[in-house]
Amino acid sequence: METLLFYAFAALTVLCALLVVANPFSRNPVTSAMFLVLTIVSMAGLFVLLHAFFLAAVQILVYAGAVMVLFLFVIMLLNLKEEELRKIKRFSLVAGVVCVGAILALFLRSLIQARLSANLPASGAEGSTAALGKLLFTNYLLPFEIVSVLLLVAMVGVILLSKKELK
Amino acid sequence: MMHWLNNLSPAWQFVLFSAIKVVAAFAVLMFMVAYVVLVERKVCAFIQDRIGPNRAGPFGLLQPAADAVKAFFKEDFTPAHVRKVFYVLAPAIVMLPGLMNLAVIPFGSRIGNQPMVIADLNVGILYTFGIVSLGVYGIVLAGYAANSKYPFLGGIRSSAQMISYEIAMGLSVIPLFLLVGSLNLSQVIHYQSGGFLNWLVFKQPLAFAIFLAAAFAETNRTPFDLPEAEQELAGGYNVEYSSIKFALFFMGEYANMILASAMMVTLFFGGWTLPIFGLDQPATALWAGLVQIGIFLAKLFCFLVMFIWVRWMWPRFRYDQLMKLSWQRFIPLALANIVVTAFVLWVRS
Repeated sequence: METLLFYAFAALTVLCALLVVANPFSRNPVTSAMFLVLTIVSMAGLFVLLHAFFLAAVQILVYAGAVMVLFLFVIMLLNLKEEELRKIKRFSLVAGVVCVGAILALFLRSLIQARLSANLPASGAEGSTAALGKLLFTNYLLPFEIVSVLLLVAMVGVILLSKKELK
Repeated sequence: MMHWLNNLSPAWQFVLFSAIKVVAAFAVLMFMVAYVVLVERKVCAFIQDRIGPNRAGPFGLLQPAADAVKAFFKEDFTPAHVRKVFYVLAPAIVMLPGLMNLAVIPFGSRIGNQPMVIADLNVGILYTFGIVSLGVYGIVLAGYAANSKYPFLGGIRSSAQMISYEIAMGLSVIPLFLLVGSLNLSQVIHYQSGGFLNWLVFKQPLAFAIFLAAAFAETNRTPFDLPEAEQELAGGYNVEYSSIKFALFFMGEYANMILASAMMVTLFFGGWTLPIFGLDQPATALWAGLVQIGIFLAKLFCFLVMFIWVRWMWPRFRYDQLMKLSWQRFIPLALANIVVTAFVLWVRS
C-alpha cells in the first residue's frame, strides 16, 4: 500500500513539476505557479510517507500557503502579457537541456554509488516535532540562527528599497 | 451484524469506521451550513426588529431547502471574458479548507472503542493552519479568473487580509502548545480536563482574544468583511459569479466559520469536555459518548451565534485600520505573549 502511494505521489510530483516549466496547453505564468503549488503539496505527501509529519505540515504551511501566494501576487500585479506570447528560443532550449542533463547525470551517479546500504537511520522517531525541535536547538543551533539572520537581512533590504526617500 | 464486524480484519474495520465518520461529519457540517444561514437571517431580523424568513415551512424552517433549489435552478452564467479553468476551480477551492480541516477536529471522546475524530494527527494544529493557508488560493484565483477590475481588487484586498491575520493567528496559539507540550488536538483537550479553570481561555486570555479576532478576519466576517463590503466597495472577488458557484463562496464562508468555531472550542474551551458528572474523561458508556458530542455541538453553536451577533452589531474597519491592527498590535502582542509564557514556564520548572 505504501509503495503504491509512494509511486502515486512521486509520479504526481514529477508530472506537476514538468507542467510548471513545459505546459503544452498554456503559457500563462499563473497556471505554472498553481502547478508548482500542486508539486509542493504532493511532495508533502512523500514526507508523510516517510513519517515526517512535521516537515509535511510545514512544507504546505510555508511553501504552498505563504511563499507561493506571494509569487502569485507578484505575477498577477505585473500581469506578464508578453510572457504568454513569447516563443521558445533555440539557445535557451539547448542550454536548458544541457543543464538538466548535467544535473541528471550527477544525481544518477550519486544514486548508483549510494545504493541502499544497511546503515540507514531507523525511521519513525525523527518525524516527531519534539525530537526535531531538540535537534534544531542543540546540534544545529548555529545554522538555524544564521538562516534567521539571513531572513532579517532580506527584510531590512525590502524596507530600505520601499522607503521613498532616505533621510 | 456485530459478529460480522468483529470478524473483519483491523485494517478493514479502520476503513469502514473512518468512512462512516467521514460521511457523518460531512453530513452534519453541510446541515449546519444550511441552517446557520437561516439562524443568521433570523438573528439579523430580530436585531433589526423584523420578522425574518417565515414563508417556507413552519417558522421558515424549510428556507435553506428553498434557497438551495433556487441556487441550482438559476442560470449559471459565465461571462465571456473570464479565464474558464480558474473560474470553475476557485469556488471549489474556497470550500476545500472547511471540509479538510474537519478531519482533525475531535468532536467527541469515543463511542464503543472508536475515537470520535477522523484522523488523530500528532501535528493536528499545524495541519489545520496549513490547510487554512491554502484557502487563500480560492479567493486570489476568483479575483484573477474574473478578469475584471472590481473582483481583482477584491481578491487582492482579501488575500492580503488573510495572509496578515494568519500570522497573528499562528503566533497566538504557540503559548498554548508551550503549556500543553504537544501539537495533538486530543492532547490539548486532555490538558483542559478537570475543572473550568483548566480551560486554556482562562490560562491564556490574551491568546484567545487574538485568536478570536484573527478568526473573524480569516473567515471574512464583520468587522473584517472588507472582501465583500457590499455597500461601499461594490462587492469583492465574487462579483462575476452567479447561481451555484456564488452559493459555493457563500457556503465556504459558513463552513469556515463553523470550523473556526470548532477550533476555538477545541483549543480554548475544553472541546467535548465538561468538568461535571465526570464528562471530562473519555466516555465508557454509549450515552456519555453521545452527551459529549452534544456538549461539543452546544459550545460550537454558542460561538456561531456570537459570530452572527457581532456581524449585525459592529461597523466594519477601514482597510488601513485593519492592516495596522494585525501588524502593529496583534503580532507584537502575540510575540510578547510567547516570550512571557516561555519565561514563566522556565522559572517554574
